[in-house]
Amino acid sequence: MVIYGTALLAFCMLVGLVIGQMLGIALGVGKNVGGVGIAMLLLIVLSDWLRRRDRLPVPTRQGVLFWSSIYIPIVVAMAASQNVVKAASGGWLALVAGVTTVLACLALVPVLSRFGSNVAEPQDSPPGDKP
Amino acid sequence: MNCLPDWQFMLLSKHSLVVLLEKNSLITALFMVGAILWVSSFISRKLTSGRIHASAIAIFMGLALAYLGGMMTGGEKGLADVPLLAGIGLLGGSMFRDLAIVATAFGVRLQEFIATGLSGIIALTLGIFVSFLIGGLVAYAFGYRDAESITTIGAGAATYIVGPVTGTALNASSEVIALSVAAGLVKSILVMILTPFVASRIGLDNPRSALIFGGLMGTTSGVAAGLAATDEKLVPYGAMTATFYTGLGCLLGPSLIFMIVKLFT
Repeated sequence: MVIYGTALLAFCMLVGLVIGQMLGIALGVGKNVGGVGIAMLLLIVLSDWLRRRDRLPVPTRQGVLFWSSIYIPIVVAMAASQNVVKAASGGWLALVAGVTTVLACLALVPVLSRFGSNVAEPQDSPPGDKP
Repeated sequence: MNCLPDWQFMLLSKHSLVVLLEKNSLITALFMVGAILWVSSFISRKLTSGRIHASAIAIFMGLALAYLGGMMTGGEKGLADVPLLAGIGLLGGSMFRDLAIVATAFGVRLQEFIATGLSGIIALTLGIFVSFLIGGLVAYAFGYRDAESITTIGAGAATYIVGPVTGTALNASSEVIALSVAAGLVKSILVMILTPFVASRIGLDNPRSALIFGGLMGTTSGVAAGLAATDEKLVPYGAMTATFYTGLGCLLGPSLIFMIVKLFT
């Protein structure tokens, strides 16, 4: 049943958020620390385990895949509900701080990618290579 | 007894079309977003002959509409503050966004994360410190000299959540906190818009660099939208590290980083 997949997804997200919340409390931060990331790891582990036991039929998969395929529309809705006016009205300081930070971090992406690539190179064979 | 003509009845009464759409706001939002994506894929195909990704155009249109909505209503949630389109706020809010992000991890192999785990952690740490450093330097350049303000604006350059959390913890002035939020918003919007254009130049085309990208940028919404507009397959990797960023930033900002800033002021 399709709902099994969606329920699995919901379960992973809830468990991740609970762990993230506890981590946040343990660290003394009022915020959720990595709840979504933990949920992602959990979904990867659980779905892998179910797949190997042949407990992941097509309808169940569809219950998860629907949500990942609706991802872009959700992101568009997210963009449409951003406080763009406030970003634009923050004045020069906000603009300069935002722009320079983004540019510096973008520039660091290739630096870091090169940095450790000799370590992780052997495993670098993604399943679906780009055309 | 209803003596209005049918069309007038449709538009003016409390059973009007507007009320109907408001009542079903999530459905209205689904239709609206579908329409935005349809228009943007049309633009992508006909006007840019596929060079600019349809989702990049859709995200840009979303931001432009958010600006319009904010100007019209004076609210904080962009288009979602227009009552008719309140569903946009629900659909694009953190609940559905996080569910969809988690769903993108489905089918990803665990080994790929483990193999790149270390560079993800390095990227996260570096990303947080670089953002604080640059934000703090900009604050200094604009005349702020007290450690509280410098740290808070640096925190805003991390994300628009780290900013106010750090500022509140350090008792920064509300003006400085507002600036930190604005800096974080500029960052997140810029990441959304710039990522697809710089992706090839910074080698953002494999899971490893996406993981590093997410850790360096840290803004979940910026990374989520930026990668969506670049290559959907990279989303889970970038989102994974980015979701740890805000929490870590809130942890380090008012503590370690504030102490470091204090040494220099």
